[in-house]
Amino acid sequence: MVTETSSPVFPGGATEPVVPPVAKAQVHDLNFFYGELRALKGISIPIYKHLVTALIGPSGCGKSTFLRCFNRMHDLYPNTRYDGRIVLMPDNVNILHREVDPIEVRMRIGMVFQKPNPFPKSIFENVAYGLRVRGIRNRAVLTDKVEEALRGAALWDEVKDRLAELAFNLSGGQQQRLCIARALATDPEILLFDEPTSALDPIATASIEELIADLRSKVTILIVTHNMQQAARVSDYTAYMYLGELIEFDRTQTIFVKPKKKQTEDYITGRFG
Amino acid sequence: MSQSNSLAVSSGHLAPGTALRRAPFRHLKEKLIEFVLLGAALVAVFTTIAITVVLVYESLGFFEFVSLWDFLTGTVWTPLFAEPNYGVLPLISGTLTVTAIALAVAVPMGTTIAIYLSEFAPHSVREVVKPLLELIQAVPTIVFGYFALLFVTPLLQDTIMPGLAGFNMLAAGLVIGIATVPTIASLSEDAMRAVPMSVREGAYALGAHKLGVAWKIVMPSAISGVIAAYVLAAARAIGETMIVAIAAGQNAVFTFNPTEGAATLTAFIAQVSLGDLPHGSVGYRSIFACGLVLLVMTLVLNVIGHVLRRRYREAY
Ligand SMILES: Nc1ncnc2c1ncn2[C@@H]1O[C@H](COP(=O)(O)OP(=O)(O)OP(=O)(O)O)[C@@H](O)[C@H]1O
Ligand SMILES: [Mg+2]
Repeated sequence: MVTETSSPVFPGGATEPVVPPVAKAQVHDLNFFYGELRALKGISIPIYKHLVTALIGPSGCGKSTFLRCFNRMHDLYPNTRYDGRIVLMPDNVNILHREVDPIEVRMRIGMVFQKPNPFPKSIFENVAYGLRVRGIRNRAVLTDKVEEALRGAALWDEVKDRLAELAFNLSGGQQQRLCIARALATDPEILLFDEPTSALDPIATASIEELIADLRSKVTILIVTHNMQQAARVSDYTAYMYLGELIEFDRTQTIFVKPKKKQTEDYITGRFG
Repeated sequence: MSQSNSLAVSSGHLAPGTALRRAPFRHLKEKLIEFVLLGAALVAVFTTIAITVVLVYESLGFFEFVSLWDFLTGTVWTPLFAEPNYGVLPLISGTLTVTAIALAVAVPMGTTIAIYLSEFAPHSVREVVKPLLELIQAVPTIVFGYFALLFVTPLLQDTIMPGLAGFNMLAAGLVIGIATVPTIASLSEDAMRAVPMSVREGAYALGAHKLGVAWKIVMPSAISGVIAAYVLAAARAIGETMIVAIAAGQNAVFTFNPTEGAATLTAFIAQVSLGDLPHGSVGYRSIFACGLVLLVMTLVLNVIGHVLRRRYREAY
C-alpha cells in the first residue's frame, strides 16, 4: 500500500482554492473487467475530502462501473475483476485488495441508487436498517439516529408523524430522500450517488441537489450525473469519461469554462457525437 | 380506439403520399380474441359453481336424514355399521393433524430450499435442482403412499418410535410434507427471484451480509408469493388422498395424536367411491357432505391467505 500526497497537484495549473483540498481517496490505474470486456481503462484521480466530485460522460462510458468499484458492488456478480487500486485515506488501504472484506468497505462508504429502492418495511425501519446491520439494538439510540438522519435528508418534517407507515407510500422524491437518510444514518465517510435524480421531477431534483450541497460539510461525495447543469451546480470537481477512459479531471469551473481537451469541450457544449 | 391505432401503425410502413388503408377486419379479430378469452374464464367460473351446486344439492339429501348439528359435533364416524353414526369430527381431526404435520415439514424445508436456490446457489446448481424438484411433483402420490407405509413407518419403528402403529398419521403427514416441499420451494423461489436486484443492492450497500439480505429483505419483499405457495401447499395437503388412505389406515378415530391411525375426509370419500356403500344410500350421500366440508376448509384457507397477504403486502 502506497502513501499518497495529501495535497495533489492540479492538472494544468488551475487556480488553486485558498485551502488546498485533501484527498479522501486516491484511484490508481484502475481497470475493471466484466468478463472479457474492459469497462474501465487505467483511471487515476483523487477524490477530495468534503467536496463533491461529479462524473460525467455519455451513456455506457463506465460512470456507474467506476462508482460501484468504491463500495465493491461488483463483488456481488460473478465474472467481474478489479485491477488497480483505490486507496482510502487516512487508513492508506487499497479497498480493492482481495483480503479487504467488501462488507467492511460498505460499512464506511454508502450509496444512493438511480431508482429509489426502499425496503418493504416502515419508514423508521428503512432508516434503521443500516444501524441494525451494525448491531445497534438500543431503541433510544435508534430513535435518535433515525431522526437525525431524516433531518439530514430534509425529510423529517414530512414523515415525523408517519414513521410506522410503509415506505412505499411515499412519493418518488420522498423515497429518494429516504434512501439518502438510510445511507446517512450509518455516518458514511464517502457517499456515492448514481444519477440520484434521474427518476425525479424538477422540484424533487432541486431539493436533492440542495441536500447534496449541504451534505458536503459532513461527507465526501461522488456523484454520477447525466445532467450537465447538475454537475455544474453541485460539484467542486468534475471528471469527464469516455469509453472507459478518463479524458479530463479538473475543478468543475475549469471543466465547464475552460476545458483543456477539445473532446471535453465538445461534450460540455453539446457538440458531442 | 383499435381503429385509430391500426391506422397509425400502418401509416408508419407506407411510403409518403400513399393513402391510409382501412383495416376493417382488425376490429372483428380483436372482438373474437376477447370472446374466446372470456369463454375460457367462464368455463373456470362455471365449473366451480357447478361443483358447489352439486355438493350442496346432494348434501341436502344427506341432511334430511342426519341433522347438521349431529354431523358437525359428532365424534363417531361409522357409516359402514349397521347402526351408523355420522359425526364428522374424526375425519376433520385426521385431516387437520395430517395437514399440520405435512406443513411442519414442508414450510421450513421448502422455504430453506427456496432461499438457497434464489440467493445462494450458483447458476449451475439451480439449473439442476429446479427440474429435479419439478420431477418430484410428477411422482404419483400412490408411490409416496407406499413409501410412507413400507419405508417411513418401519424406519420410525426401528429407530425412535418402537411402539408406533403400522397405520399412523405421522408417517403419512411426513411423506405428504416431503411431497409438497417442491411446491413451496419452486413457487417461493419464483417469488424471491422476482424481487428486483436493486433492492438487494440497497441492503448490501449498507453493509448487510448475504443471509441478512435473504431473510430480512428478500423474504419480506416476496412474502406475497411465499404465502400463496404456503396456501397452495396446505390446500394440497388437505386434499391429499392416496398417501393417507394407504399409510394412515382408514379407521376414523377422533384424535389429534399423530402416532395413531386415522381417516381423513378425502380418504373416506375415496373409500366410499370405490364401492363400499350402495349408491343413493345415506352413507353414500355422506361423501357429498364431506366434500362440502373440504370446500369450506379450502375456502377458509384461501381467506386466511388473502388476509395474510394484505397484512404483509408489499409493492413488487
Ligand atoms: N453487468 C454488466 N455486464 C457486462 N457489461 C456491462 C455490465 N454493466 C455494464 N456493462 C458495460 O460496461 C460499460 C459501462 O457501463 P456503465 O453502466 O458503467 O455505463 P454508464 O456510464 O453508467 O452509462 P449510463 O449513463 O447509461 O448509466 C458499457 O459498455 C456496458 O455495456
Ligand atoms: Mg450508469
